[in-house]
Amino acid sequence: MPDHPIIEFRDVSYAVAGTLVLSGLKFEVQPGETLVLLGRSGSGKTTTLKLINRLLSPTSGEVRIKGVPNTQLDLVALRRSIGYVIQEVGLFPHYTVERNIALVPWIMKWPEDRIRLRVKELMQLTGLIPELASRYPHQLSGGQRQRVGVARALAADPEILLMDEPFGALDPLTRNELQQEFLSLQRKLRKTIVLVTHDLREALRLGSRIALMETGRLVAALAPQEFLHSADPAASAYVRAFGDGLGTTLDRSAS
Amino acid sequence: MNFFHFMAQNHQQVLELTLEHLWLVGLSTLFAAMIGIPLGIAIAHRPRLDKPVLAGANIIQTIPSLALFGFLLPLPWLGERADRLAILALTLYALLPIIRNTYTGIRGVDAAVLEAGRGMGMTDSQLLFQVELPLSISMILSGVRTAVVISVGLATIAAAIGAGGLGEFIFRGLAMVDNRVILAGAVPAALLALLADFSIGWLEKRLQPR
Repeated sequence: MPDHPIIEFRDVSYAVAGTLVLSGLKFEVQPGETLVLLGRSGSGKTTTLKLINRLLSPTSGEVRIKGVPNTQLDLVALRRSIGYVIQEVGLFPHYTVERNIALVPWIMKWPEDRIRLRVKELMQLTGLIPELASRYPHQLSGGQRQRVGVARALAADPEILLMDEPFGALDPLTRNELQQEFLSLQRKLRKTIVLVTHDLREALRLGSRIALMETGRLVAALAPQEFLHSADPAASAYVRAFGDGLGTTLDRSAS
Repeated sequence: MNFFHFMAQNHQQVLELTLEHLWLVGLSTLFAAMIGIPLGIAIAHRPRLDKPVLAGANIIQTIPSLALFGFLLPLPWLGERADRLAILALTLYALLPIIRNTYTGIRGVDAAVLEAGRGMGMTDSQLLFQVELPLSISMILSGVRTAVVISVGLATIAAAIGAGGLGEFIFRGLAMVDNRVILAGAVPAALLALLADFSIGWLEKRLQPR
């Protein structure tokens, strides 16, 4: 049976100090799709994301990667095969842009010239001019830092990319620009992406499927078009809260 | 005969005692760093241990130095020679600033940086040596600097138990009621402290993460 979903949650629950944060989570992510985990703060989106690369372990149930429970995979190897982008970016302040991007290939002991080539390629791909290679993170703008974060996550060419509010801390113009580039990048690379956001517009624009979470449960997993017209009370409440003009968001991303 | 004449006449002995002083301070700081830095890292990673360890180091700090020399006197092997005792006591005093600064430095590393590193598959030791230590090195060194400056002063008291060092001059001068002799110990000691402060401070700046 070769066609396993690339990520599969099987009845996953997660509790902290006896309090249930996630309960009975069940969903699949297919290769090449962008699944958006949408929900308000505290709904368990980020926790869900961290269960995939085992920054957290479920209290019950299991998370499978390509059909294999991720507890059976080597932890370090698992994480190196999954790109990870977080809102605060988390660039190493004492490393140059170049070394930040080269991090995973470097800890995987790639030969040096291959790393150099890869860094060059990634900087081009993420729209970073070559002059930035020797700069330090504090010398970059927020948008540039986020690009470096994405380049770093893509460095070892992982199949899966986890993104936790990657554009949350940016100003609206930069965010718009980066979302646009995200879409064209995704058309090129066809990674399997799980992206966390609380912004419905972002979800509609970037997601191929939207999984709505509320208080640790998956309420609905719908395509963006369906989501807009869903009768589900939680989904329609979200749509109402964001108001008019959501349809245009959808049209733009479809074009 | 003023102080400078005295120094010039006794320069041989001044040099000897200064080297002895350096030996006491250098060796004890080295031991304290070898114990304190790993201990500081350990308690930064295991928050449950931080309070008892820091409290312990704090308590040592409050013991008057003469009393501590006295307490340590009955120890086997160490009690046999005064310089061993002095080095042990100075090591104990140097622990607090080194442990505390290492702990503070490691705990101060941005959580997002650590999460990113861990999420990308860095092992614990890679995180420690590539991220945590480089980012807290200047904080750690600043603890070492404090320890050295304190030790240079404390080591003068070690002469009271016959461990040598510049304290010899100070105690002798006190007994002779001769300020020149006191100064012959105090001035080089002060210069040593300033020199250590300056040079480690310089190193600290050079290793400062951006």
